Amino acid sequence: MDGLTQNTGFNGLLTALVFLPFLFALGILIFARNDHHVRLMAAVGGLVELVLSIAVFIAYKKVESGFQLIDRFNSWIPIDSFRVDYFLGVDGLSVPMVLLTGILGMVAILASMRITNRVKQYFIWILVLQGAVFGVFTALDFIMFFLFWELELIPMFFLISNWGTGRKDYSAMKFIIFTFLGSAFMLVGALALYISVGTFDMTALPELVQSGIKLVIPAGAIFGLLFVGFAVKLPVWPLHTWLPDAHTDAPTAVSVLLAGVLLKMGGYGMIRVTASIMPDVMAGLAWLLVAAGVINVLYGAVVTVRQTDLKRLVAFSSISHMGYVLIGLSAIASKGADAAAVGLTGASMQMFTHGTITGLMFLTVGMIYDRTHTRYIPDLGGLSNRMPIIGLAFLIAGLASLGLPGTSGFASEILVFLGAFPVWAWPTALAVFGVVITAGYILWMTQRTLFGHMNSRWEKLTDASKLELVPIVMLVATILIFGIYPAFLTDLFKISVEPIVAAVNSSSEILSR
Amino acid sequence: MSLHDIYLLSPEISLAGLALVIVLLDVFIKNRILVQSTLALGLVVPIVFSVLLWNGVGISDNLNSNNQLFGIFDTLVVDKFTLLFKFLFLGILAIVMISSITYSHRFEKTKIEYFSLLIFATVGMMLLASTRELITIYISLELTALPMAVLIAISGNKLSSEAGIKFLILSAVSSALLLYGMVWVYGLTGTTDVAEIFNSIQGINIENVSGSETAFGNYGLLLGVILIVAGFGFKISSVPFHMWVPDVYEGAPTPITAFLSVASKAAGFAVILRVFFGSFSTESISIEWSMIFAIMAVLSMGIGNFVAIAQKKMKRLLAYSTIAHAGYMMMGLTVVSSRMDDFTFDGPAGVVFYLIGYAATNLAAFVALIAISNKTGSDSIEDLSGLGRRAPVLAFCLAIALVSLTGIPPTVGFMAKLNVFTSAFNGGLWWLVLAGTVSSVISAYYYLRIIKVMYLSDPLENVPIKPDRLTSIALTVTVLAVVVFGLYPTPVIRAARVAVEFLLV
Repeated sequence: MDGLTQNTGFNGLLTALVFLPFLFALGILIFARNDHHVRLMAAVGGLVELVLSIAVFIAYKKVESGFQLIDRFNSWIPIDSFRVDYFLGVDGLSVPMVLLTGILGMVAILASMRITNRVKQYFIWILVLQGAVFGVFTALDFIMFFLFWELELIPMFFLISNWGTGRKDYSAMKFIIFTFLGSAFMLVGALALYISVGTFDMTALPELVQSGIKLVIPAGAIFGLLFVGFAVKLPVWPLHTWLPDAHTDAPTAVSVLLAGVLLKMGGYGMIRVTASIMPDVMAGLAWLLVAAGVINVLYGAVVTVRQTDLKRLVAFSSISHMGYVLIGLSAIASKGADAAAVGLTGASMQMFTHGTITGLMFLTVGMIYDRTHTRYIPDLGGLSNRMPIIGLAFLIAGLASLGLPGTSGFASEILVFLGAFPVWAWPTALAVFGVVITAGYILWMTQRTLFGHMNSRWEKLTDASKLELVPIVMLVATILIFGIYPAFLTDLFKISVEPIVAAVNSSSEILSR
Repeated sequence: MSLHDIYLLSPEISLAGLALVIVLLDVFIKNRILVQSTLALGLVVPIVFSVLLWNGVGISDNLNSNNQLFGIFDTLVVDKFTLLFKFLFLGILAIVMISSITYSHRFEKTKIEYFSLLIFATVGMMLLASTRELITIYISLELTALPMAVLIAISGNKLSSEAGIKFLILSAVSSALLLYGMVWVYGLTGTTDVAEIFNSIQGINIENVSGSETAFGNYGLLLGVILIVAGFGFKISSVPFHMWVPDVYEGAPTPITAFLSVASKAAGFAVILRVFFGSFSTESISIEWSMIFAIMAVLSMGIGNFVAIAQKKMKRLLAYSTIAHAGYMMMGLTVVSSRMDDFTFDGPAGVVFYLIGYAATNLAAFVALIAISNKTGSDSIEDLSGLGRRAPVLAFCLAIALVSLTGIPPTVGFMAKLNVFTSAFNGGLWWLVLAGTVSSVISAYYYLRIIKVMYLSDPLENVPIKPDRLTSIALTVTVLAVVVFGLYPTPVIRAARVAVEFLLV
């Protein structure tokens, strides 16, 4: 594949994908006369984005692999000593992430229709957030990537602190400070790479860095700086403490986006940046990844069991599930190319499936909270009598979360374990216990909220309205489709992790000689 | 003084003339509207002259001797570096004057004198940017400092008078240090001309004491350089010469605080760039002073940002923030490894770009703040609560300025930091970059806290605040600059690079 000639040109699809949300936000700011207009325009914006992200999914040609749908100008900041390009493109790794963002963006907008407080500002921030996330998943210039990465902070700050509940100010500030600290390290790492090799082009960086160029600071240090930035976002224990607060206090739709897409920015960054650019360093430090992963899985799961707040419970389960991503990534140290590819594919797949599953969980939890005005589990119970559809959706999300075969959760977890087991037999065996604990807390939670004795307070509750049904159906369908036929996604992930695996193997061959 | 010299000095002369004319008009024809229209029209003249000079120093960006014009016995130079700064100062002056219109009712009697002194201070700064000789630098510094002292004390209340005295004394002390340093340099080199100093200290090795014939060996030169750093350190409000900043910023009339924070700082950096990159950029001495600046940068960023967290008043908070920003700017001074290296231009260009970006950002913040405090009569952070509802436009502008001060994209603050960070990294100072990024994170806490107060707390009163028309114009210009240069900084970076190439000629 001739990388250089392919990585130029202007297709326009991705530019539209990234910047239309901003245009819709601007449109709402200028043209919307009342709250009804705002909701309508936001819904249209979400729908357009969903269609565009499906278009990206279809337009990406698997057979050709590599980066496609390139949008590139070489003259954004064309100073000799500091060159930044406008460069968007997708590969097998980013296409599913774009699709996920499209789906969850639409879900979030539909889930926000009940917002009555400062509607205009709310939807503007949601759209800006969505645009920024699309930017992160499609930017191929490191500075552009970083720009979008940071841009997402401002809408999140306002969304949590304005429309959240509980200790929202504290949570919003904590979220910002943690992420900002992580990205400060990431920026230093990016500059170190730039100064060593002279480009911010993420498609050219892997080859240049692996060519044995002298780096200004040791490769391990650069790796560490970059990794911390992504680790905060994923989040990796012990940098996870912002997550339960932010998730619990954010409004429903923002929790959906936060758990569904924003956490994936961390995992995506780990694969797109650290694994692609320095696969050998990552393979060398894979023991750290697997250790962190196992801690994430077990610690997250054990803490989850103890939660009594429904939303906090889902938040901690996210920490546990993100551990599987780390374990999948640790398979990069595998000697055999197959296991490594399987592990990385599993990690990517886990990000996608967790996005849809947790999205559905937060969505249904939000619906339950809207009706009962409590998230305290002991107060709930027997809810499926009054809201069978919401209950069913919640149950599906729960079962997918514990990895029931037939749901996408199973496909991703089995891939992670298959990939990691050959290299890290004992840690993987330990992590499998996480699944057992997950089954425990999920079943216990559903039993305590959906079934059992119903509190008489909940007699008058209603089931999902037609409007609420739309996002539920969207997510359930996604979970089942990719659960029954995961190859739609795994094929895509596989083609983009193969170059990484190949790079690790070639470098270890050099070492063994 | 030949006709050529007058041509070279035309922006300064016309501006000084304007300052005199408005005072005279005020005395003889007591017509406020006439004075105000004279002010507005009078500002256009130096801008026009500067544009003429910009064209005069050559359209092409190529370096050759025709692109630099020397005047008054070679003490002054007009090139793109000085002219860029002149545009910056004139722009700052215009915005500060606009924001002073309503504010100056607090000292109605001395209103015209206020404007006149403001213009004189600007003349001093413009001269400062164009001097290339130590004595002229000193004189221009005093020309800036004296009007500033009066301006700071012009409110007449206790805080303001105290601030004025403080500024006067400390600026005298710093000038004395500076002068003493200049004397050392003159004593060792026998010249006060920036370029000739460079020629005569070339080849001097600081470490080599015994081989030198001058008194104290070559340590004398180092002492001179350190004293000069200290003298300028006061002007740019860097740690450990920052003690005066919070009190003076708090006591001074708010438009003057704005002027101090952007214009004085820009003037200080302009002259630092001229002197240190013009005279002291030999290999052996530059290692010494670049490390001094690096350490001062870390201290400024750290202390400025940490102490700012505890502040309850906007002006004091912005005072500590300006100390921190002096630190970020000084990071650009640390890359001077050798005169020939292409990367050498990155540092100074980063500083110039940072100054421009910081001017736009800080002015946006101050203009909004002045408009607010004109109505509320207070500058405590608490009184900003609920501003998002009381004054949506002002709050939004202030929020953008604060985001830019934090260094979050897509604002010019991010691009400016990125530039100086890259240049410092190029100089191998990765620990400095790490300190810079981490201290940006600390700063996020107190900048965002203000945004939080504005948008999340309930307003103390419900009277809406609307900016008047001129303030709106000033706000629009500055906020647009913040966002546009944040998304497309290329023209400014280019201009800055072209400008700093003249430093090393």
